[in-house]
Amino acid sequence: MIEQKVMDPQQLFFEAERQEVFITGSEIVKEAVKRANVDIAISYPITPQSESMHLVGDLYAEGYVKEYFRGESEFAVMSEVIGAAMAGVRVFTATGGQGALRAFENFPNWSGSRLPLVCAFMTRGLNAPLSIQPDTLEMAFMLDTGMIILHAEAAQDIYDMLLKAFIIAEKTDVHIPVGVFMDGFFVTHTRDKVKITPAEFKLPPYEPYSSPIPVMDMENVPFRHMRDPFVMKSNFISYAAHASWQQEVLAAAERSRRYIQQYLGGLVEKENENADILIITSGTAVSQSQEAIAMAQQEGIDVGLVKIKCIRPFPTAEIQQLAANAKAIIVPEFNRVGWMCRELKSVIEDNTKVVGGPRVFGGMTMPPEMILDEIRRCTQ
Amino acid sequence: MAEKTWIRMSGLGGQGVITCAHILATAANQEGKESTVNPFFGAEKRLAPAESYVRISSEVIHERGEILKPDIIMIFHPHVITLGKCYTMPFYEGLQPGGNVIINSDQPLAISKEDLEKLNQMQAKVFYVSATQIASEVGGTELSTNMAMLGALLGVAKVVSFDAVKFAVQDRFGGKNFVASGSTAALDDVMKSKFAKVTQLIEKNMNVVEEASKRVEEYQL
Repeated sequence: MIEQKVMDPQQLFFEAERQEVFITGSEIVKEAVKRANVDIAISYPITPQSESMHLVGDLYAEGYVKEYFRGESEFAVMSEVIGAAMAGVRVFTATGGQGALRAFENFPNWSGSRLPLVCAFMTRGLNAPLSIQPDTLEMAFMLDTGMIILHAEAAQDIYDMLLKAFIIAEKTDVHIPVGVFMDGFFVTHTRDKVKITPAEFKLPPYEPYSSPIPVMDMENVPFRHMRDPFVMKSNFISYAAHASWQQEVLAAAERSRRYIQQYLGGLVEKENENADILIITSGTAVSQSQEAIAMAQQEGIDVGLVKIKCIRPFPTAEIQQLAANAKAIIVPEFNRVGWMCRELKSVIEDNTKVVGGPRVFGGMTMPPEMILDEIRRCTQ
Repeated sequence: MAEKTWIRMSGLGGQGVITCAHILATAANQEGKESTVNPFFGAEKRLAPAESYVRISSEVIHERGEILKPDIIMIFHPHVITLGKCYTMPFYEGLQPGGNVIINSDQPLAISKEDLEKLNQMQAKVFYVSATQIASEVGGTELSTNMAMLGALLGVAKVVSFDAVKFAVQDRFGGKNFVASGSTAALDDVMKSKFAKVTQLIEKNMNVVEEASKRVEEYQL
């Protein structure tokens, strides 16, 4: 193993000197994992994720990750990481698109078992027809798996969110998985400038006794219910266990808010938020909106921007406050179902002012002009 | 307003379109400009359409994904036009008024009158360069076609300096900063096997860049 010095997370995130590098999103995943003190990484390839877990494999060869292997399928990998996390070590994996859906059964299991797994999801269109190109549709399916969901806009977010995800996930009062989502190709394959901390410093190791539940103890919940399910004994006990346990998992996500505030500076970022027209969105749609807002400014139209960084837990209070005085809210999305629009409409009091769209899907980029057209319509 | 140059490179898998874009963007960054680069391809295989997009600007670039309104279009292989091996049809779709098209071909291609007329109306300039031939003659390998295309670009528009390109080639092939994976690593190995030393690889490829910058010729529309 390569010797690295442990640095306090607060210091590593906010005080350590940073060097600017010009690398792709996949390479940034490698740089983040290199500094994350990961014990085991398990991989299964799927475009556009393959390169990142390949590079994490290089980290194993170089001596930055203790164990690494390629699983038999996405379902296998997402099950195998459960075993590793239950054993009390820090685990990393990544997938995307069909890979995520193939493994889907495991995600609520991760949360229900209170495992602080960190998984990078590199989004891609879902079949059919076949696509390997970016589309955030899979995120619609992931919203209710119980995990914390962060959405990176660009390169810098990947680095910061991945490292911070481990620390947030492992807090005793949280201790549930974090999915760090990034748009395939637009973010994973784009070469961009990123500021990273020196490679000789890494996060402190995972402390298995920080877990709010006993580590791999077959005589206690939640693991006991694997060998000895409540439902086999008494429906009443099973109902009671579920009722309390499911609420506890939701409560754990609620308790993560203050750590997300501490490490990510909040669940949202905002610019010019008092404008009459607001764009609220996440991921690459934020980048495209930035361009559209600059174009609107040339025409003398004032538009504000809210970037949602954390989708679960959802920034309900923040959005309600930001939306209160806006006259129109535009929600550009890289998927056909408009899940972000649905989320926003479910919390904004007067949701008739929410404009769903523009939307592109199947892999094409969103021309900023499409967003500009929507902005112009909102001024009429 | 930001000074922007948006470049779309269209070629076939294995020709080095993505590496060329990487080198150009690294060079632009080296000169203190803002630059991003991203590729677009289907299931990876040789001779399948592959595109790469380089954005160079005086200000921070937010826009992501494929370039829909390029100032310069570089065509790495005649089949991009003649067989439509391209993600954008026709090949000049979205070209900005007064934009440039640089095509790798030993002779002018049979582009339809209609297309030539449209290019003329857009006040586009069309250039030809025998990039693959120059790569073989000067670099000793067709694998340097992408560097010849980069040279042709510099011959048409001084988007970056030769020195910055040399730095970028050194960074890509000679440094420890870049780790190639998958088929890129395999092609890198072939490329490196053509030269006894990495310094020779860099020198020969820079010769290709310079030669191509001189041999790119405008085609009268």
